[in-house]
Amino acid sequence: MTATLEKPPVTEAPVKEPRDWRGPALFALVAVIGLVVMPLVLEPFRLGLLAKYLTYAIVALGIGLAWGQGGMLTLGQGVFFGLGGYAMGMHLKLNDAGDGLPDFMVWSGVETLPALWEPFRNPVFAIAMVVVVPGAIAWLLGTLVFRQRVRGAYFAILTQALAAAMVILLVGQQGLTGGTNGLTNFFEFFGQDVAADSTQRGLYFTVAIVLGVLFLGAWQLQRSRFGRLLLAVRDGEDRVRFLGYNPATVKTITFTLSAVMAGIAGALFVPIVGIISPALLGVVPSLELVVAVAIGGRFALAGAVLGAVLMGYAKTYFSEELPDAWLYLQGALFILVIGLAPKGIIGIISSLRRRKEAAA
Amino acid sequence: MTALLEVRDVSVVFDGFRALDGVNFTVDHGELRFLIGPNGAGKTTLIDIITGLTKPTTGTVSFDGAVVNGKREHQRVRLGIGRTFQTSVVFEELTVLENLDLAASFRKPLASLLARRKGITEKVAQALETTGLGELAQKKAGVLSHGQRQWLEIGMLIAQGPRLLLLDEPVAGMSSEERVRTGDLLTEIARDHTVIVIEHDMDFLRRYASTVTVLHEGKLLIEGSVDEVRADPRVQEVYLGRAREEAAHDVVG
Repeated sequence: MTATLEKPPVTEAPVKEPRDWRGPALFALVAVIGLVVMPLVLEPFRLGLLAKYLTYAIVALGIGLAWGQGGMLTLGQGVFFGLGGYAMGMHLKLNDAGDGLPDFMVWSGVETLPALWEPFRNPVFAIAMVVVVPGAIAWLLGTLVFRQRVRGAYFAILTQALAAAMVILLVGQQGLTGGTNGLTNFFEFFGQDVAADSTQRGLYFTVAIVLGVLFLGAWQLQRSRFGRLLLAVRDGEDRVRFLGYNPATVKTITFTLSAVMAGIAGALFVPIVGIISPALLGVVPSLELVVAVAIGGRFALAGAVLGAVLMGYAKTYFSEELPDAWLYLQGALFILVIGLAPKGIIGIISSLRRRKEAAA
Repeated sequence: MTALLEVRDVSVVFDGFRALDGVNFTVDHGELRFLIGPNGAGKTTLIDIITGLTKPTTGTVSFDGAVVNGKREHQRVRLGIGRTFQTSVVFEELTVLENLDLAASFRKPLASLLARRKGITEKVAQALETTGLGELAQKKAGVLSHGQRQWLEIGMLIAQGPRLLLLDEPVAGMSSEERVRTGDLLTEIARDHTVIVIEHDMDFLRRYASTVTVLHEGKLLIEGSVDEVRADPRVQEVYLGRAREEAAHDVVG
């Protein structure tokens, strides 16, 4: 206390900022495991599963950014995942159909291709829409609600309602969207047989690299001044206004980034899993990913990714072995984490490490 | 030359309660102005009106000759109006340095905020020096004591580089040692800034030869030098809502 009362001499640099190499080293290790070890040891089916979890991890990364860093509990990331997925699915369906109509349209009695579909023949347009549509919708929503200072539970409920509305919209427009079945039965993916092992292998590498790049981007963002500002908005939005920043802008940008990530994940999910349907993007899958992020540790970006991959594996394992128990286990895990370890697995690991360091 | 701040005929009504009632309040460039009055007099409400947290029911607020009524909080900060709060709200998850750096960076274009902070800018270094928080720069603000938090708040305000600083009870809850330190800090800041300080501790005011504005029940009671205000019977009557003798003793003694 008394020490701070005296001014330190100006010349004495008050700050040393040591560089921590542990994070980059860990990232490199995980990258080697993901890009070298996994493709060597996993059979194609298992590699495909991991690719699917990695698409979820991309969504989770976005949730980690919006919720963990920015305090925006978004319960409707499935909406953006779905928008990306449908944009990709529409292109693949049109590509497979050639000059004809996609199969489900024929079954629904649609005779001419809806105008909405036409531009998705162009692969560049379709890929652009994967990013643009989720981003634009999130930007619009953010601009409208954050300016009005809608936050906390109200924002969460709003995003969840959006997910529910999206499902209703998709199911209701059978001829346009494939209804409950969604878009499936894809044959070709950019000139290759989508089911071939080599294609799926390529897709695995693609999703792993995309996740890695987005992670690095999000990490950089977190460490930037913008990232510090985002934390400040999370912890004291009203105070931030008196620092001269508009919290609505900060939140809108972050929410848009998280939506774009979900859109990219949805687009990658489609050729990997071979389907996009309302059941994959409604309220439940959106919530499951939030639970996964909470379990992994929402305050660290790595926790979000870890949570999504672990919960993906756990879901597959328990659904195969004990199909009835999974939902209960998932719920129990969520309650345990929120109650006992609010910082999730990453929080437990870092407190163990701190204890070890303190003991040493 | 127009006054830096001009509050004209401002009234605020909350659910039928008049928190401010036709207040006129002018502060010139370079002034150090104290705002005093018993609890519920409307001091904080007046600050809230100036900074945009509360909208006046009637009346106007002009800053540097332009009416700012329609401006939001962050826009007023950009014009050069900065404030602290009675209960300090620093960002506990950020370090002292990061708190100050954020306060200093708001004029940068948003895109440039995507870069990482490299080192310490001059403004931040100056704020660290003025507040004496240099040794705590790398500590998270969450571990600071009450007094240190208030200094950090003031430091953030300095780093912001505002033209008008509004401090809401900066010494409330401080130990006497901390009060002295804060007093020095205030003197230093007032040297080259326009400052408005809410304070109801008369002892604290005595060392400054500056104008005091007394608010009572939402109205401006009197404005004058510390001595004039102390000698005014109305102030003695209402100040702190105590009995006349006790108040007189407190104020004069």
